Amino acid sequence: MSLLESVELSIKNILASKMRALLTMLGIIIGVTAVILIIGLGNGVNIYMADSFKSLGTNTINVMITGRGSSSRKMSVDDMYALVAKNPKYLLRVSPSVRMTGTVKIGNETSSTSVSIGVSEDYFAIKSYTIASGRGLQYSDILDRSYVCVVGSYIAENYFGNNAVGKTLKIGGAYFEIIGVNSKQGDNASGTTDDYIFVPYTTAARLSSTGTITSYVVEIPSVDDSSAAMQIMNDALYEIFMNSNYYTVRSMGEILNTFTSMVNIMVMVLSIIAGISLVVGGIGIMNIMLVSVTERTKEIGIRKALGAKERYILTQFVIEAATTSAIGGFIGIALGYILSSIATNFIKAALQANLPVSPTASSALMAFGISAGIGIIFGYLPAKKAAALNPIDALRNE
Amino acid sequence: MEEALIEFREVSKHYIMGDSVVKALDLVSFKIMKGEFVAIVGQSGSGKSTCMNIIGCLDVPTDGLYLINGRNVGEMNKNELSEIRNQMVGFIFQQYNLLPKLSVIENVEVPLMYGGVSKSERRRRATEVLSSVGLAEKLRHYPNQLSGGQQQRVSVARALVGNPAILLADEPTGALDSKTGREVLSLFQRLHEAGHTIVLITHDNSIASTAERIIRLEDGRIVYDGPTDREKLVHAGPAEGSAEHESA
Repeated sequence: MSLLESVELSIKNILASKMRALLTMLGIIIGVTAVILIIGLGNGVNIYMADSFKSLGTNTINVMITGRGSSSRKMSVDDMYALVAKNPKYLLRVSPSVRMTGTVKIGNETSSTSVSIGVSEDYFAIKSYTIASGRGLQYSDILDRSYVCVVGSYIAENYFGNNAVGKTLKIGGAYFEIIGVNSKQGDNASGTTDDYIFVPYTTAARLSSTGTITSYVVEIPSVDDSSAAMQIMNDALYEIFMNSNYYTVRSMGEILNTFTSMVNIMVMVLSIIAGISLVVGGIGIMNIMLVSVTERTKEIGIRKALGAKERYILTQFVIEAATTSAIGGFIGIALGYILSSIATNFIKAALQANLPVSPTASSALMAFGISAGIGIIFGYLPAKKAAALNPIDALRNE
Repeated sequence: MEEALIEFREVSKHYIMGDSVVKALDLVSFKIMKGEFVAIVGQSGSGKSTCMNIIGCLDVPTDGLYLINGRNVGEMNKNELSEIRNQMVGFIFQQYNLLPKLSVIENVEVPLMYGGVSKSERRRRATEVLSSVGLAEKLRHYPNQLSGGQQQRVSVARALVGNPAILLADEPTGALDSKTGREVLSLFQRLHEAGHTIVLITHDNSIASTAERIIRLEDGRIVYDGPTDREKLVHAGPAEGSAEHESA
């Protein structure tokens, strides 16, 4: 009697009582569906985060220097440029990024959400920004400490009706000429990158009270290089300041990685909880199989009288349990995928967020394997009981 | 001398019921040769069912030797017993004991399946043997769609399909009306004439008389073992004796 025939026989037995089989499978179906959904949701959150972080720039590291007050341990913009030039493998380009504190006034309106920062001419390339109209900042603007600026698309649209180039605005009382408009980066809302004003960092430094440059954006080859790049930066800064409290080096990639691993841990914990229902489902299968063995005592007796060895009976019942739970697993996978796509559409409609609930094929495969395995494990005890039945007693059973 | 197909040598089977030991079979010895048609007769409690279980290798003796085709059944493990049941014995039960979820032909295929016969060969042999018992038209039917006599013929076909050395029938007409019962018995006659060895277990003397030899059991002992005709004559005597024995 081949394995295939045993599977055929068990499918026949399952089909003979569909309702009972479905109820038996229910635990497995729910468990597998839950695992698939949770893993899919975790993936979706990771994709969503990666997307969000990408707009912040995952191929950059941010350096903040708080400094040691009046001490001689200082780092100038030139020092930073020199440091980057010395490590071309991990540090590609650098731009200072100086937050300005002055109030932004456009015409008579005060824009409290607008953020103005001082950057170098490389900043746009580092951030992969492109200029939608006008021109970007140039090296000469930096050298001349010009009062010019590039504005985000929100400002251009909201205050100038998309006709901003050549107009002026005021930051902290100083007039700036708008020379260019940045292309749309986010969803064109206030407070986002689209609400930024970019001015030459030299001009920003002159307007600030201290006149020093304290933060930088450094371009790195890829997210995977963030650790190495941060290491170089940290080492160099420690050499200057001899104390790690006076500077901070952060990487969006690193933060993303931290978030991703946190989400993954969450997903794992939730999957384990969902997995418990798989075990409960397995116990359900064991329960029904025990009932089935009792009901089919006579059949087992007949089969034994006709020459079925114990291992045939054992195999038959184990395969029946495994087939039941594998079918349950299959239904669970299908249900999981269907609910995932419904959830994706729901999230898109309700939250306007691109969070694709995307179960992985490996998670489906794993769920299937686990459910079949559970069938085998929990089917073994009833099967053993069936196989050990004394044929005479079993035949006498009505 | 030709070796016996079935040989009981002082076979005893004891069951423990609470504190007492019940001797279902007590030092029973007989031989059944190939091609014989033997009826084992007795009232309930006489030990005939135990006798059948042992002949059919569903059970093993407590004491004594049971040889089937010269092989000692007492020394076999469960797997070997299964193989013997599969290869050597064809069971025919009073309640037919067909598997209700399987069709007629699938039922007949079951012993071949456990004997490792390929699917196409099983189908061929099952069809052949079902035709020989007159059920060629009913292959796809299910047991509950057949009459009692037809079901019993399916069970005869199932017993025959593996071409076993012994056909072991336990009250094969017990659940049938007398006309259908006679048909089944005449089927046995034909099988006997075709050379099959048949052991018929029954409590009914008239059914036992179909056989050519009768082994009569009472209280686990053989009280008669001989040709059917003579047994009828002798029967009056020992039957009274046993009644006295019981009351004593």
